[in-house]
Amino acid sequence: MDIKEEKYQLRLYVAGKTAKSVTALANLKRYCEEHLKGEYVIEIIDLLEKPQLAEGDQIFAIPTLVRKVPEPIRKIIGDLSNEEKVLVGLDIRPVNKL
Amino acid sequence: MAKEIKKGKQDIARLPKTLTGIPGLDDITGGGLPTGRPTLICGEAGCGKTLLAIQFIVKGALNYDEPGVFVAFEEKADELAMNVASLGFDLDQLQKDKLLKLDYVHIDRTEIEETGEYDLEGLFIRIGYAIDSIGAKRVVLDTIENLFGGLSNQSILRAELRRLFQWLKTKGVTAVITGERGDGNSLTRQGLEEYVSDCVILLDHRVINQISTRRLRIIKYRGSIHGTNEYPFMIDEDGISVLPVTALKLNKEASAERISSGIPALDKMLGDKGFYKGNSILVSGTAGTGKTSVAASFANHACSEKKRCLYFAFEESPKQIVRNMRSISLNLQQWVDKGLLQFHASRPTLYGLEQHLVSMHKMIKEFKPDVVIFDPITNLISVGSVSDVKSMLTRLIDFLLDEQITVMFTALSLNTVINEQTDEGVSSLVDTWVMVRYIEYNGERNRGVYIMKSRGMQHSNQVREFVISDRGIDLVDVYLGPNGVLIGSAREAQMLQELTDRVLHKNTVNMKDRELDRKRKMLESKIASLRTEFETTEEELNRINIEEELVKKVTDENRVELVKRRKGEQ
Repeated sequence: MDIKEEKYQLRLYVAGKTAKSVTALANLKRYCEEHLKGEYVIEIIDLLEKPQLAEGDQIFAIPTLVRKVPEPIRKIIGDLSNEEKVLVGLDIRPVNKL
Repeated sequence: MAKEIKKGKQDIARLPKTLTGIPGLDDITGGGLPTGRPTLICGEAGCGKTLLAIQFIVKGALNYDEPGVFVAFEEKADELAMNVASLGFDLDQLQKDKLLKLDYVHIDRTEIEETGEYDLEGLFIRIGYAIDSIGAKRVVLDTIENLFGGLSNQSILRAELRRLFQWLKTKGVTAVITGERGDGNSLTRQGLEEYVSDCVILLDHRVINQISTRRLRIIKYRGSIHGTNEYPFMIDEDGISVLPVTALKLNKEASAERISSGIPALDKMLGDKGFYKGNSILVSGTAGTGKTSVAASFANHACSEKKRCLYFAFEESPKQIVRNMRSISLNLQQWVDKGLLQFHASRPTLYGLEQHLVSMHKMIKEFKPDVVIFDPITNLISVGSVSDVKSMLTRLIDFLLDEQITVMFTALSLNTVINEQTDEGVSSLVDTWVMVRYIEYNGERNRGVYIMKSRGMQHSNQVREFVISDRGIDLVDVYLGPNGVLIGSAREAQMLQELTDRVLHKNTVNMKDRELDRKRKMLESKIASLRTEFETTEEELNRINIEEELVKKVTDENRVELVKRRKGEQ
């Protein structure tokens, strides 16, 4: 992890390609492109393939977005349809837009 | 009970059940929880829900070879492991052995934002993965209602919970779900009973008169017969044990074997052989009549025959009893040292009646005694009402008789007038009732003992005097004199009087014998003299006869001589 670049490490947990998962991923990509361009990494974990990973990040709802970096860890569950809530949840202020 | 149900009707796809391994609970449920279905365990905070759940998992893993998954929503895995370590459950080892999987689901509202639609598929996947990784047959969700605290979208939660329980059914695991009791009439805060409707068990923890009692009740059990009462349960160093209280079926074995009371004279009153094995005996009497001494004699005798004896003392400490019984030359300490006699002394107020019952139950199961003594049962009244005590004793006697254990109760009767009913009303339950009472007479008190009843054997209807001396206990026949029954010193006096009479009588008899002897001798001497006299007379007569004959002969000869001379030979 490169601290200088202040990257946002984001993980999106999904379970197969459900409508909610697809919506969530699309929403997430849109917000990131808009607010964190070049500063983020999105990792998608499909729990149907790797169920053992669910315990590590305390996942119980699907889809869940986990902000691993910067600390502290934040979680956002749902299809991320509410932009404002997602940005607050990820602690990204829209005004910081480059 | 489980067998009974199976025997009941033809096997038309009977509801399969999973044994919990919790003592007693399997009896009440007729074989355990419904296999492959969720069971809801609800109750207030601190009533033992989590413990029951973990015991279900651990026992399943250890005793029934059924691995289990424990999903904790409240306590962290290591906290949980530490909490149950005191019960001897080694969760870490079980996890290593792949018999248990602990999964702590952490839900913290401050970390979570909710936006839009979501579902709990993640939880499903986690549980599913945990189940598959060890091949679990049992699952515990403790306490799933915490989800409601962490997530705000209730409608999603409710729908997902319904799906979760359905999904657990399809997985074929026997699930236990715990839930905190809600306000008012609802069993759980979030109304989980709506979703889990196959089996619902309610735990309760009540304090009455400063004494707490835990109780368990099966509220519903679809497709199965179950006990409907409130059953007391206990949490101790071995976890939960439930007492299936009334198995009042009255189909006990009846043994013809006899067991001595340890007092030979009392045995004699009971058809010469003593009590029946597996019977219940009540020794009642007023204060100080020697009930404990009777009980101790019984214990002493049983131990001397290599029988095991468990002594519940509610009044005196074991040391006190041992010391006091030495004064009547009963050495109880030797049996304690040999492990044949075990004392268990506790104040009745230590815990509630039900708790007493459960703990007695447990100790009896562990020690496996042949003889159990309760001294005295009357003290239990201080922790419960009369009817409570009676129902408890009924259950206790029932259990003991089922186990073929001979039991002796002592009971203190409060009034000196003999009442036909003991205070606890157990007299109808016991098989043999020995009553010890004071008989006041002639300015002193003496102990009298009699047998009020003794089922199935010849027994004496006599009142015996009961004497406790430094040689032990003995029964003495009371003296029935012209003035009625004599006991105590009156009896002693009467006995002395009799002794004197006997000596005098003997003396008289002797004198008469001697007189007779003398008379015989006199007569004999008289006879002898008469006989001599007779002989003399006889001899005289003989002499006369001979003389006469001689004279006749001589005369005849003379005459012949004379004739010869006259014919001329002159």
